Amino acid sequence: MLLGFNRAGKTRLAKWYMQFDDDEKQKLIEEVHAVVTVRDAKHTNFVEFRNFKIIYRRYAGLYFCICVDVTDNNLAYLEGIHNFVEVLNEYFHNVCELDLVFNFYKVYTVVDEMFLAGEIRETSQTKVLKQLLMLQSLE
Amino acid sequence: MALKMVKGSIDRIFDKNLQDLVRGVRSHREDEAKYISSCIDEIKQELKQDNIAVKANAVCKLTYLQMLGYDISWAAFNIVEVMSSSKFTYKRIGYLAASQCFHDGTDVIMLTTNQIRKDLSSPNQYDTGVALTGLSCFVTPDLARDLANDIMTLMSHTKPYIRKKAVLIMYKVFLKYPESLRPAFPRLKEKLDDPDPGVQSAAVNVICELARRNPRNYLSLAPLFFKLMTSSTNNWVLIKIIKLFGALTPLEPRLGKKLIEPLTNLIHSTSAMSLLYECVNTVIADCCVCVKTDTCPRPPQLCVQKLRILIEDSDQNLKYLGLLAMSKILKTHPKSVQSHKDLVLQCLDDKDESIRLRALDLLYGMVSKKNLMEIVKKLMVHVDKAEGTTYRDELLTKIIDICSQSNYQYITNFEWYISILVELTRLEGTRHGHLIASQMLDVAVRVKAIRGFAVVQMATLLDNTTLLAGSGQHKSICEVLYAAAWICGEFSEHLEDPVHTLEAMLRPKVATLPGHIQAIYIQNAAKLFAAVLNGQQGTPDCQTMQESSQLLIDRLPLFVQSADLEVQERASCILQLVKFIQKLQHKEVEVGEEVTALFAGELNPVAPKAQKKVPVPDGLDLDAWINEPPSESESEDEKPVAVFAEEELRHARPHHTEVDEKELARRREARKQEQANNPFYIKASPTSQKGYQDSTGVEHIPVVQIDLSVPLKVPGGWMSTSDKYLKLEEERRQRERKERGKKEKKKKKKREKRSGMGRRHDSGPESEEDIAPAHMVDIVTEEMPENALSSDDDEKDPNDPYRALDVCDIQGNLQNGSQVVVSIIFENKSTSFLKSMEFNVLDSLNSKLQRPEGSGPHDGLTVPFQLPPGVSNEARFIFSVQSIVMPQRLKGTLTFIVKADDSSTHEKLDFKLHFTCSSYLITTPCYSDTFAKLLESADLKGTSVRLQEVSLPFHHLLAKICFHHHFSVVERIDSCASLYSRSIQGHHVCLLVKYAHQTVTIDAKCDESSLLGNVLEEIKKTFSQS
Repeated sequence: MLLGFNRAGKTRLAKWYMQFDDDEKQKLIEEVHAVVTVRDAKHTNFVEFRNFKIIYRRYAGLYFCICVDVTDNNLAYLEGIHNFVEVLNEYFHNVCELDLVFNFYKVYTVVDEMFLAGEIRETSQTKVLKQLLMLQSLE
Repeated sequence: MALKMVKGSIDRIFDKNLQDLVRGVRSHREDEAKYISSCIDEIKQELKQDNIAVKANAVCKLTYLQMLGYDISWAAFNIVEVMSSSKFTYKRIGYLAASQCFHDGTDVIMLTTNQIRKDLSSPNQYDTGVALTGLSCFVTPDLARDLANDIMTLMSHTKPYIRKKAVLIMYKVFLKYPESLRPAFPRLKEKLDDPDPGVQSAAVNVICELARRNPRNYLSLAPLFFKLMTSSTNNWVLIKIIKLFGALTPLEPRLGKKLIEPLTNLIHSTSAMSLLYECVNTVIADCCVCVKTDTCPRPPQLCVQKLRILIEDSDQNLKYLGLLAMSKILKTHPKSVQSHKDLVLQCLDDKDESIRLRALDLLYGMVSKKNLMEIVKKLMVHVDKAEGTTYRDELLTKIIDICSQSNYQYITNFEWYISILVELTRLEGTRHGHLIASQMLDVAVRVKAIRGFAVVQMATLLDNTTLLAGSGQHKSICEVLYAAAWICGEFSEHLEDPVHTLEAMLRPKVATLPGHIQAIYIQNAAKLFAAVLNGQQGTPDCQTMQESSQLLIDRLPLFVQSADLEVQERASCILQLVKFIQKLQHKEVEVGEEVTALFAGELNPVAPKAQKKVPVPDGLDLDAWINEPPSESESEDEKPVAVFAEEELRHARPHHTEVDEKELARRREARKQEQANNPFYIKASPTSQKGYQDSTGVEHIPVVQIDLSVPLKVPGGWMSTSDKYLKLEEERRQRERKERGKKEKKKKKKREKRSGMGRRHDSGPESEEDIAPAHMVDIVTEEMPENALSSDDDEKDPNDPYRALDVCDIQGNLQNGSQVVVSIIFENKSTSFLKSMEFNVLDSLNSKLQRPEGSGPHDGLTVPFQLPPGVSNEARFIFSVQSIVMPQRLKGTLTFIVKADDSSTHEKLDFKLHFTCSSYLITTPCYSDTFAKLLESADLKGTSVRLQEVSLPFHHLLAKICFHHHFSVVERIDSCASLYSRSIQGHHVCLLVKYAHQTVTIDAKCDESSLLGNVLEEIKKTFSQS
């Protein structure tokens, strides 16, 4: 599960790699928002959550969370999130929250280029950006 | 037609695009839901048009709304339409929408198979790509089966872009359609050698995930991965491979040895923390394996060093992970971790609670006899300055856990421990009063030599009024008074001033304590009284005796008025006894001995396994029937009779009391069966559950014998603080060390004389074994009955399939008009320890869970106990109910922490509480004349129901109504009977049941017609079920 939301809890990105029904998804988002936003910069970027753990990172008012198995490598996913945000930043040229709001479908394209079926798919920023530009040119 | 087209394109200009929608949503913050519902109406119009561009725009907007949490499943068909557009822009929108909102239950998915297949084989790689991405989200078992071949072909596509996606999506396909794994695996394995590193890493990813689920099948790939690990430079791939090895080494210990070297190299060389962490983790895991097979090359000193660096880092994340990994090492190499105690203690000061909790976990494993006092002292400092009560409570439980672990193995001075417990009682607002109390009781009962000291401390606690004062808000802490009162009463011979303590126990303020504690106070006041009498026996001055009798006579009446039955009963019983004694005193009869005899005999702890260790006598076959079981049909008939009879038994009619033991057992069985069929059954009274337990002779109970060889030191003051003990202990140890040193020197001299060879002379730190405890406590040996079986085969069943908690019985107890007490039995059917259980119910307008003052309406209630595996316990919750005329269903959840050996998880369990109208009825006996008067009064409204085809005998039928719906039979004449019951709010419910030709007619009267209707409905249901 990959989530992006702002401090107020408005979802900006929600990608699910497990199946839930709509109510459950909404409930999960609210729960994750509740546990993550209370933490401040002095806290770790990891939260134990149900049978999983959440690894999150805050960028200005936006939180990006990824929910993984407890056995997964925390730091790798933390770097994964950062990598993703760097790509967003490059793609939208100094990304801000509004970019994500108005181009939400593009954000999903970026997600799909970098993660697939819950796995990290491509980590090379240049490769991802090249593909994204190709896709954009098709529009 | 042309006009329509024009009209369509003009409309199009006014259509909102996504940007407009987003802006609109942002500018309608106040009434977002209303605005969005108007947007959805517009979108519905747009979807009706033929223009695919309009539809795509609409679907795009819907996808945005879906992200905000709105339901768009109604547009599933339109999404499929947009997916099948030939234009990439639209197709992409369609696939995105599908991947966000389709799931296994979406029925239109089966329409998409051919479309997806077409897209997968499209000459345009981006069509293929978008189809693969979409499919990865919504693939169903059917789609997986139908498309597995197509995707497998794509794994050899010319473009790496597609190959990579195809490889990754195969994982999803395997999950949905496992049969595809075998044919696809060779090709997947080939991809490990793919020229494109991206494809390679995708293949590694997939195989690692598969191997995590079933490592055994992938052992053969180990050499291949080993090669990859030593050659690859991509950290992401390396992490995955190392994780895979982590899963493989438990199966193949030799692999672990082989891995140590490359992993060590990586640990030294890498700059990426994530990789370093993964390596360290895997080395630790390897060592765990090695330790099991006794082939561990060396303790993971390198790992500990690296972890120390992580923990010392200013980055909180690294600190946390370092501690986490450290606790894994602790299990196998406790020695190598213990030297880092300072560091762990530092982490207790950390601002992040998760770090502090990890550090606490570590401390638990780090204590030894030597450092226990020091560690606990530090923890006590933290307790004092801890801010949140949650963390403070966590500290408190940890302190007790640490001290009491393995039967108080590390405690060398129990006076110190008692002092610690007493200090802990000063914590305000803790929830763990009962925990402290049980520790006090446990120690006082099991460590005989400490009793004198404990009693003095407990007497001070009783004398101290702060605990009493706090009892209003912080209910839990006054639990320690329970322990204090019991200890003072039971071991009263150690009291210095029993009269004073007696006075303290009978203060009027005691009446504000919870009932069960008051009861203990009264009972133990009586014991103290007996001790006072006995102590004064023979002395000419009988004033003290008379004073204390008078004291009891003055103070007890307050408790006789208590609302708590237990308190009332004990108080009035003892009051009468004292009055009698006073009379004898006036006649100057010596009564001390007789009164003491009331409380004679010592209570001893029983080993938990004791009962199982009692060997079964020869010739006793517990499985054999004592009497042949009654035949099937007979038991069908008999069961309800038993139930019915017992219903009457509750009213204590004399002619029913002579039922024999067997009969009772059978009835109990019958009732259990009834209840098993109806797990949420709420019954009127939870009494009569006990009382049948036959009490065997006390002398057969095996006891835990405790032996203290070293006499106690005389305590220096009354309320000694634990610090003092730390100092004393230090001094004692130093003294011992000196003495030992002397001895050693002597020995050495001798030895030198003899052999001329100095062996060892270390004045270094003493080793664990050298510390002689101040109190030699042999707690481990539990005395078993003679010829007890020594085999230890009473381990819990490892095959227990459920790690779930079982809410197995809900019983309602109805008290006053608006309160319902629900007792719930929690049974832990798993093999893990459950703790931090929180019970919460979604209140309805009518029924509300009563929560303590100050908590919000959605807060859960903490279940006041933890559950070790296989244990069940009962908790009670009070609900306030306004109207009882309608049945209620309340949804609730129970959240809890499952504590496994190495990790703990947070889980929850949903349940429903069913408050039937019948559960609001209380079985109330009624005499036929009162009943007749009731029927005559005009207040009652009547109604009737007819039950067809009831084939039960009439007495069976009556029993059922009585049992399930809490009625009592007023009168029965042939096949006609009158029944009565009363609701908790005082409604009268009268039934007249007639039975003829398999048809039951129930004429009913009640002063509340909807209540009556619902009760009748429930009665009907009871019979339709059977």
